[in-house]
This record gives sequence, C-alpha cells and structure tokens, in this order.
Amino acid sequence: MSKTAAALSAPGPKLIGYFPAGFPTLAESVEAAVVMCEAGVDVLEFGVPYSDPVMDGLVIQKATEEALANGFKLRQLFDAVKQVTSRVSKPVLVMTYWNPVLQYGIERFAQDLAASGAAGLITPDLIPDEAAEWLRVSDELKLDRVFLVAPTSTDERAAVAAKLSRGFVYAVSTMGITGAREDLDTLARGVVAKVRKADPEQQVAVGIGISTAEQASEVNEYSDGAIVGSVFVRAYSQGGKDALAAKVRELVAGLKK
Amino acid sequence: MSESLRDQTGPYFGEFGGRFVPESLIAALDELEATYRAAKADPTFRAELAELHKNYTGRPSIITEAKRFSEYAGGARILLKREDLNHTGSHKINNVLGQALLAKRMGKKRIIAETGAGQHGVASATAAALFGLDCVVYMGEVDTERQALNVARMRLLGAEVIPVTTGSRTLKDAINEALRDWVTNVDSTHYLLGTVAGPHPFPEMVRDFHSVIGNEAREQMIRDFGGLPTAVAACVGGGSNAIGIFHAFLDDEDVRLVGYEAAGDGMDTDRHAATLNFGKPGVLHGARSYILQDEDGQTVESHSISAGLDYPGVGPEHSWLKDLGRADYFGISDAEAMDALKLLSQTEGIIPAIETAHALAGALKLGKELGAGSTILINLSGRGDKDMETAAKYFGLIGSK
Ligand SMILES: Cc1ncc(COP(=O)(O)O)c(C=O)c1O
Repeated sequence: MSKTAAALSAPGPKLIGYFPAGFPTLAESVEAAVVMCEAGVDVLEFGVPYSDPVMDGLVIQKATEEALANGFKLRQLFDAVKQVTSRVSKPVLVMTYWNPVLQYGIERFAQDLAASGAAGLITPDLIPDEAAEWLRVSDELKLDRVFLVAPTSTDERAAVAAKLSRGFVYAVSTMGITGAREDLDTLARGVVAKVRKADPEQQVAVGIGISTAEQASEVNEYSDGAIVGSVFVRAYSQGGKDALAAKVRELVAGLKK
Repeated sequence: MSESLRDQTGPYFGEFGGRFVPESLIAALDELEATYRAAKADPTFRAELAELHKNYTGRPSIITEAKRFSEYAGGARILLKREDLNHTGSHKINNVLGQALLAKRMGKKRIIAETGAGQHGVASATAAALFGLDCVVYMGEVDTERQALNVARMRLLGAEVIPVTTGSRTLKDAINEALRDWVTNVDSTHYLLGTVAGPHPFPEMVRDFHSVIGNEAREQMIRDFGGLPTAVAACVGGGSNAIGIFHAFLDDEDVRLVGYEAAGDGMDTDRHAATLNFGKPGVLHGARSYILQDEDGQTVESHSISAGLDYPGVGPEHSWLKDLGRADYFGISDAEAMDALKLLSQTEGIIPAIETAHALAGALKLGKELGAGSTILINLSGRGDKDMETAAKYFGLIGSK
C-alpha cells in the first residue's frame, strides 16, 4: 500500500495541507512545509508555481506569482522536497500543472521526484485520458498519482479515476477554484459516494474551499481527509510561519474534538 | 498527401490538441461536443446560421482587388477577402453566432468570453444582445487601455467587461480568468472561446464556424478571379481567421498557405509573439501546441503592438500544419505591420486592423518572392477603427499639423 494511502486509512480524521514551493523563497517554503508537518498535517501537498494556474483562486495565484518573481526554478523543487522529507516523516505529494512536467520530461521528473523522497504527484489539469505515459512511469517507480473527480464527473469517469489513482482520489467539493468558501457544498458528499461506489477500498480526500475546522471535521465524517490550502497560504502571508503553525494547530484541534 | 487534410477532426491534430483541463470542465466539454455534433447534422441549425450570416453579418463577404497596393508587392496580384465588412468589423462574428446558437440549444443563459483586441468581445456582446443572453467579457488590463474604444462598445451593447490584472494582463491572462469563471459557473454558462485554441472541441468547432471564409473565397476565386490563388495569407494570433481561410485550400497542394505572426520588436529580439517560429510544443489553455515558454514550462510573455496577436500560444491545427510542412509561418514586426497599415489606407482607402496589417506586410514580401503573375489572397480579417488611437499616436496624427 502506498505510504499516503496508509496514512489516510489510519483511524481518525485527517488533514492534508497545501503550501507552494518557493513561496516566498525556496528556503522559507521548506521551513513552512516542515512547520506544517510538525504542527499536525497528515499529508503535505507541495505546490509547483506555474505561470497559468487556472484551478487556483487569487490567494494561491498571488503566492505562486511571488515565488516565480523570486526566481523559483523547477530543478530546485527536488532539492526542496528532499530537505522536507529528510526532516519529517509525513508523506509529501507534489501538486503540479502538467506543462512543467512535460518540459522537464515525464520520466526524468518522476525519477527526480522518487529520489527526492516525494510520494507522488497530484495533477489538477491532467485527466486520466491524457495520462498514458505518466501511468506507465508512475507504475514503474511506484509513485502515487492523484486524479481529480468533480461533481460533474460521470459515474464512469469517477470509476476510472478511482481505479487509476494511487494514494487517494481528490474529490473536488464544489464547482470552482481554490479559495476559502463559507458554505461548503453538499456536492462533496455525492462525489465521495461516486468514488466509494466504484472502489470501496480507495482513499478519497475532499478539497477546494475548505477554510474552517468545522468544515474539515464535517468532510472527515464521510471521506478520508480534508485538503486545505488557501487558508494556510493566507495565514503565512499575514503572520509568517508562527501564524501558519497556529492555523494548522487550530484546524487539527478542531478536527480531533 | 493522399488523405484529405480537410477531413481532420479533433481531439488530436497529429500530436497536438487534446484536453488538458481540470476534470470539472470535462462534462461541459462533452456536452458542447455532443451539442455541436448534433447541430452540425441538423438542417434547422445550418439554416438558422446561414440566415444570420446573410441577413445579420452581411455574408458572403466580397473580394476586393487591391490594384494600387499590388504595385508594392513585386508584381503579385493582391486580393482581399473582406471580413472587415462583416457586422462588428471582423471575422470573429462567424464563430460567435455559431457558438451563441449552441449556447441557446444547451439552455445556457450566460456567455463569457476572453478578448484581446476586443473584436471577439464586441462580437460576443453583440450576439448576447441579439439573443438576450447575459455576457461577461474578460480582457487584460493592458488591452483595455490600448483598445479602449472596444471596451466602450461592449459596455454599450450591455456586456460587463472585467479587466484582468494578473500575469501579463493581456489575452493569455484573460483566457485564464475566463476558464476560472467557467469552472465555477459551468451549469449556467457557456464559454464562448474566440479562437481555434483551447481544449477539444473548440479548435475543430471554431475552425468549422470560420471555414465559411475559405469556402466562399475559393468559389469566388474560381468564379470571378480566374482560378485558385498562388498563395493564401493571413495573420495568426490564436489562428482563427487563418484557419478559416486556409481550410478550404488544405487539399489544393499547389496553393501555398502562409501565416504571419507578430514579431513585435523584431525576430532578432526576444520581444515578440511568434509562437510557431520560436515556441516549443507544450500544454497551455487546455491543448498541446506550440507555446512560448521557458525551460521550466512557464509561459513567456509575448509582445506585440497588436492586442489580438499578443498571445504566447496558438491553435493546435496550426502546429500540426507547420510540422507537416503544409503551411509556413513567418514573423512581421510592429514597424512592418504599421507601414503596411498606412500603405493599404493610402493606396486603397481601406484602413485595416493592426492584426490584419501583419498579413498585408507579409504579402508584400511574399509577392516579391512569388513575382509577377502570382496571385495572393489575403484574409482582411478586420477593420482598423478600434486601432485609431494607437495609429494616431504611432504616426503622430493628432495635433495642429
Ligand atoms: C481583426 C483581427 N484579426 C485577427 C485576430 C487574431 O485572432 P486569430 O488569429 O484567432 O484570427 C484578431 C483578434 O483579436 C482580430 O481582431
């Protein structure tokens, strides 16, 4: 079983935390990632800054824009991941839009990723239909690969994503982009149910729009974990790594109540 | 080439095209594709669109022989396919009317669009007014400034124009913002994409809606101008007007197809938008195609005096035609385009859009290469009214002298 799937299937509610690599600088993003793991996230999602992030809301857009402006380069990613994985034992997944992987070379990217100690990739703009080479390479290197299922996905597509994902399936909670939302859509329950129906053994985590401990708890009642990003990025922007740690602890405390 | 290039459909044009988008959009793309396929086979839909072309847009557009302009083109005979005479002033309306009819069929009450030069936004706002739809247009902040007149036109037509302030604040970022809106509002909203880029089925569908340009022109050439042209020329931003006029000629092996990209400050500088000349294959805005990008796959900002060509990507079918060698793509600098804009204005009394002026400048060079006896058919994709402020500044036309 993948390390990520194992972490998510252990008893109790789970929190998956996102942070962009290179934000505001490479060294600071490594510290932030370590802080998040130490403060209690169960899985870390380390994001690759990209010039055209169509799935992301303003908070993450601004952060990744800043990372790029501060000189983030793809080759630094693997070293940064290695620094994180050498200091904490939580599974680290890299979240990336597809073009950076294509340009680096799918095979080379996967090899460097495996060598860095990362568990695998979350690919927001790569659907299984376009993923033939990535499926092959990730099988060879035993890397996790997380595909998304949306409220509008057919049962058929949900089943394909459930079958081909490893680590977990990313259930998109709501129609929209990343960013905190007050009322989390009930759509999320339906998405999780679709995946469960297709494969009861598969892990499913819910993301997009989760900002509070109550939401994260609620999501954990029917899924294997809550994915939280924008709120952490905002906390860091406002108060640095102390505020980030406090935010993670606040959500974890709310979750375990 | 034994197989017909004209019959090629999506999702792939060779290794280009596809769907590199968030899963959230797949259902909408499937619905659009199914609606489009059904409409294409439905005589009612075809009749409805043909009626709009005839009595709203003013099709067929005429071909004008540019006799005085030809004198500067090495003896080549220059013919202009007058898409500038369409209602709203450019080729963009052909695609917009087609997609607006599809939006109606899908029961979507709201359309969103991206725009660079504003011509696609104006056409979308126009169709929204005609069909009683809500319309939101995303436009890079830089473009809202250089095409201010079109912003006013869209607003007067009842559309909401949202300036996009992220990234390079041009067309590329307007597309990102439109995609984000679409992901959020996909139930109620059709994304009326304005060029032959984006995820399947957009490249194929938008091409089909613009293929009326080449279909008419090919017939007009044979009927009124003594046969097929030696070459067909068009400017290439995303590539819609170019594919629209190329498509009918794809299987005419003797007809050269030439696209002109924006070379901005020049082909020997790094400030340009010449994607097919300097880009590499990659994924942007949902399709695999040539892209201006750095080694990390980060999109590089493009530069052009022309908002409509200022785009670091290009439609996948053009990437395919380039790799096949069926079409050639060259760069035209800001200065060359502006000279051609002035030349056409002063030799023919036709003020073209700055986008279109790139094709005109290209044809002047191509004519010298092809020589006397050759015929070049140019897609005169739009008129220059929207560009008067840029042109006035560029040529110093406002003032007492
Ligand atoms: C008149 C005109 N020509 C050409 C273009 C470029 O687009 P495309 O390459 O899709 O034809 C535009 C875009 O705004 C335009 O307004």
